[in-house]
Amino acid sequence: MATKILVAVKQVIALDEDFEIRADGKDVDADFFLRDLNEWDDFSLEEAVKIKEAGGEVEVVVVTVGPEEADESLRKCLAKGADRAVRIWDETMEGSDSQAIARVLAAAIKHEKPDLVFAGVQSSDHSFASTGIAVAGLLGWPHAAVVNQFDFSLGATQAVIRRELEGGVLQMMNIDLPAVLSIQLGINTPRYASLRTIKQAAAKPIESWGLSELSLSASDVGEAGSASRVRRMYIPEKGRAQMIEGSLAEQAAKLAAIIKEFKGASV
Amino acid sequence: MSGILVIAEHRRGELRPVSFELIAAAESLKAAAGGPVTVAVVGQSPEAFVAALKVSGVDEIITLAAGSGDFDPDTQAAAVSAAIAARSPSLVLIPHSVDAFGYAGVLAAQGGYGFATDVFKIESDSGAWVATRGGYGQKVNVELEFPGKAVVLLTVRAAVYKPAEGSSNPTVTALAVPSVSAHVRPGEYVEVSQADDVDMTAAEFIMSIGRGIGEEARIPQFRELADAMGATLGCSRPIADSGWLPKSRQVGQSGKTASACKLYLAMGISGAIQHLAGMKHVSTIVAVNADPGASIFSVAKYGIVGDIMEFGEELKTHF
Repeated sequence: MATKILVAVKQVIALDEDFEIRADGKDVDADFFLRDLNEWDDFSLEEAVKIKEAGGEVEVVVVTVGPEEADESLRKCLAKGADRAVRIWDETMEGSDSQAIARVLAAAIKHEKPDLVFAGVQSSDHSFASTGIAVAGLLGWPHAAVVNQFDFSLGATQAVIRRELEGGVLQMMNIDLPAVLSIQLGINTPRYASLRTIKQAAAKPIESWGLSELSLSASDVGEAGSASRVRRMYIPEKGRAQMIEGSLAEQAAKLAAIIKEFKGASV
Repeated sequence: MSGILVIAEHRRGELRPVSFELIAAAESLKAAAGGPVTVAVVGQSPEAFVAALKVSGVDEIITLAAGSGDFDPDTQAAAVSAAIAARSPSLVLIPHSVDAFGYAGVLAAQGGYGFATDVFKIESDSGAWVATRGGYGQKVNVELEFPGKAVVLLTVRAAVYKPAEGSSNPTVTALAVPSVSAHVRPGEYVEVSQADDVDMTAAEFIMSIGRGIGEEARIPQFRELADAMGATLGCSRPIADSGWLPKSRQVGQSGKTASACKLYLAMGISGAIQHLAGMKHVSTIVAVNADPGASIFSVAKYGIVGDIMEFGEELKTHF
């Protein structure tokens, strides 16, 4: 039987320069949104595709929760080796926090019945670092976070993983399967999509699911299904470095003086 | 629901300093919480940590004997869940750490608690908890509320609160942990390999390079500059992950702790939150970056906007 790996991905939002907060004070004005596939997801997708390419019958399914714009990120995943792409959305999912998204993903996993689930450690926009692991909690699946090495053979009931801890320390762990793993940057070297695979991906279908396909109700998602609600969003006052101005030569001379003073003082 | 429960964290037999920061946070919120500050510690022999946890502000210490000496997410979640059930706190504080990444989301999902992570400010507004965290790559602050949630679980950023000191005379209670089948078995710890004998922890002057360097072929130029200035060459995560420099040279939160560093010259590093968090103890940070909007300029003491290649060459003429 084929091994199915489900990779949960997110289309993240970066902000354009000089962005503005929306009139209701609860989010940034969407005019300043720049969308892209989350950096961590490149690595978790690559990890799944690597397993597929190592041989055996493996299917890689990418799943995202998001509006139509997210199709672009799913196509990127298809171009990098995913076999199928699923986008889940319903207007009631607007305003979902990481816990509500986790509920949707958990329902998708019950539907797809994969053998392994990968998610990025965190998203580069809101960095909750909890969605994938919350999915495991809802499913009652084994889970491990911040994995930067995964040794696995098809059909195995256990795998060896390595967690990246703080301060340059790693830890080996043994985990039961099926499991949800949150994948850390650097676990592999993600590939670039080629022109050919980008073209092929453009022709592939993207499956679209809503609440009914997953037996969810509107109260499971959006603000109603969330563990938090945005009260206010604002641009913080930040400290600012003392900028060293002048010509290149002047700037370098000033910095050299700072360094020499430091070295003189520390001898 | 009243009081605050703080989850102490330990690794390899040592309490992690962030535990004391969270106790201080809890102490500052005690009046708003309208109840005691309870510290819970989970482990094979949690009583070993009790004496050290008797710091200012602690009313009770709960020991939860379970699991092996090392963290596993299933045991930790079951134990913390038992502590929440026993004390019914309105607020639970957990360090925003790699261990917490492995279980906080599970607790929140299973308990249906109010939940936010990487929180750096906690307030009470008319009896309701309000937590502030960053959003959109830390470009904005987001205030979150937790309507209808009797228990709010927050993971709190390290190095925000000053660690609790002093002493207290708390009650100590041993609490039973329901048996749990742990699906993860912790194994050995591995230090990031010392590929080239560098000791980032001892370096006082570090020059680090980041993504702004653009290509691997430029590494030697920066190595020469570092040598000429007497700096230790370090790097940000993307450079180490690409294999351009050994992992032992990575600084920032997940890299080696650059604890002795006093002068940090960041070349072409825009400043991801994890990088800044790992370097903010350094007294003098100088950042050189082509992007005037780079986050690193908000923590640096001195900043230079410019091309790091040209600037590096010019700087080298002074040494």
